Amino acid sequence: MGKPENIKYPDENGRFGEFGGRFVAETLMPPILELEQAYEEAKADPAFQAEMDYFLEHYVGRPSPLYFAERLTEHAAKENGGAGKIYFKREELNHTGAHKINNCVGQLLLAKRMGKTRIIAETGAGQHGVATATVAARLGMECIVYMGAVDIVRQKPNVFRMRLLGAEVRAVHSGTATLKDAMNEALRDWVTNVGDTFYCIGTVAGPHPYPEMVRDFQTIIGHETKAQILKAEGRLPDAIVACIGGGSNAMGIFHPFIDDKDVRLIGVEAAGHGIETGEHAASLTGGAPGILHGNRTFLLQDEHGQINDAHSISAGLDYPGIGPEHAHLFDIGRAEYVSATDDEALEAFQLCAKLEGILPALESSHALPATIRLAQELGQDGLVVINISGRGDKDIFTIADALGEDIAAGTEG
Amino acid sequence: MTQRLDQTFADNDTVFIAYMMGGDPDRAVSQSFMNALPGAGVDIIELGIPFTDPMADGPVIEEAGIRARKSGTTLTTILDMATEFRRTNMHTPIIVMGYANPLHNMGYTEFAQAAHEAGIDGAIIVDLPPEEDHELRAAFEAYDLALIRLATPTTDAKRLPKVVSGTKGFVYYVSMTGVTGAKLSQNNAIKDQVARVKDASGLPVAVGFGVKTPERAREIAKDADGVVVGTAIVKELHKNGPDAALTFVRSLADAAHGA
Repeated sequence: MGKPENIKYPDENGRFGEFGGRFVAETLMPPILELEQAYEEAKADPAFQAEMDYFLEHYVGRPSPLYFAERLTEHAAKENGGAGKIYFKREELNHTGAHKINNCVGQLLLAKRMGKTRIIAETGAGQHGVATATVAARLGMECIVYMGAVDIVRQKPNVFRMRLLGAEVRAVHSGTATLKDAMNEALRDWVTNVGDTFYCIGTVAGPHPYPEMVRDFQTIIGHETKAQILKAEGRLPDAIVACIGGGSNAMGIFHPFIDDKDVRLIGVEAAGHGIETGEHAASLTGGAPGILHGNRTFLLQDEHGQINDAHSISAGLDYPGIGPEHAHLFDIGRAEYVSATDDEALEAFQLCAKLEGILPALESSHALPATIRLAQELGQDGLVVINISGRGDKDIFTIADALGEDIAAGTEG
Repeated sequence: MTQRLDQTFADNDTVFIAYMMGGDPDRAVSQSFMNALPGAGVDIIELGIPFTDPMADGPVIEEAGIRARKSGTTLTTILDMATEFRRTNMHTPIIVMGYANPLHNMGYTEFAQAAHEAGIDGAIIVDLPPEEDHELRAAFEAYDLALIRLATPTTDAKRLPKVVSGTKGFVYYVSMTGVTGAKLSQNNAIKDQVARVKDASGLPVAVGFGVKTPERAREIAKDADGVVVGTAIVKELHKNGPDAALTFVRSLADAAHGA
């Protein structure tokens, strides 16, 4: 007998095989148990589903298109003398410009149902913060977003966007002043204000039930993709590719395909300056199992169990852990995990902009090189879907910087 | 040794527990501060293990951890500090306090064996609630170490039996919802909570998080079997050095004992 099907995970203790769980301070145990119960009840309530469907359709703008990237496919074929078709799942077309809002709609409707009035969130690239602030504004809730001071600098447009939406952005200066520290600070806030506060986690990590709940709210990506590719091509794709920080866009598109064994699932971690330099954010490729932020998963850590700094040009991937379900899929070999460097992502970003007229987020750009390689390996009968999880407008300053261009001065002057 | 803990609670009306961050600001200063604590009236030493991501701690203890890690402190250093302390003191219990990952990284059994050999008596691991501590607890039982659990204001009557079952030594009552060093809640609430936890566990109850002055220590001591002070001591040590910190510790210990 093989290992049980992943689709039935997590178990009642929030475990995905050896990963997951509820590693939190006692103060937070009662609230996470309360959340778990509230989520179970909501899931079974057709009225909750109907409300979510309404918001996803009319507010978020779902379904997002599945688009045949014809010129990128031609480019891949020309380089190689034949390549499979590349399709983009256009999550960047959602309201607020990323997949993050799918989850925020779900969690904040749940918060409303639980009678919570104060929403807190952590954010790295700012996309989850913007999505949370957006839905909080729409539902008339107070919203506080914790963001690392380093990320505030590299994602200025999103910081201002959150403020315009009425959220308070609190800069986090501790530790590395990036996503993981923002998460520490959000947990501290929650520990202090457990009564009225709902913590809206942005990825498939954290203590149970977050990895399961966030996954469930994101699987709409995979369900739509399945129906759309069947309609367009009459068959399932050979492979699905997605970038991974915590792993929510990847889990959202992977999960409905887990039992379709012929569909390869490929997650792309951020290799930063290169895995061999130690300056990366590839927890599976370059980390080891450990305990952080409420779950047991693969972490970047030193030989003493201290957490190492992650590095990626993309703030959204700059996290030293990964969702526990990915750790499990890696462990049982159901999904494959590769990596892309800062430079590879930058090059792919430019290629996509010029060939398809789409600026993908730097996060999503990490998944492009593997997508192109795969299409080439598969040859002209192949079919690859990549999740374009967000749009790249927020990244133009970072990209200009990396390319040594001065936006204000212009490049032709 | 859990016996050393039991004896300490049996011998004292109120036990005074002092927290210090191991290796802050460096091994030498931290070691001599630790060695001097019993002489300043400390009954149990809570020795902090620095961690990069101390989610339940306020800024004072987080910064102490950063200083300790900068000076090279690791989990092994903490074990070495206990070993050295035991060369001259066999009666003051040492409880280590920290987060799961450094222990997980070393291996729970390897840690338990090393802690036992170092003369450590137990541990408080903040991010291992009862639901997740069975592996470490099994390792601790094999080496006669106490895994001390935390009860909090959010631990309701339904959950309390689960929190106190299998606990040894004492139960640590976190007097408020919040991080270490924040403001303390009302005393009458604490009195009722201590009684509730004592009732459920049949063990001594120590109260911590938010006790900053001798006056507060004296008040808490009236209702609890033990008083824990951490942040205020760490702050004093950092600001005014070991001598001033030991004088401050003495004033806290006297207040706790005099109640």
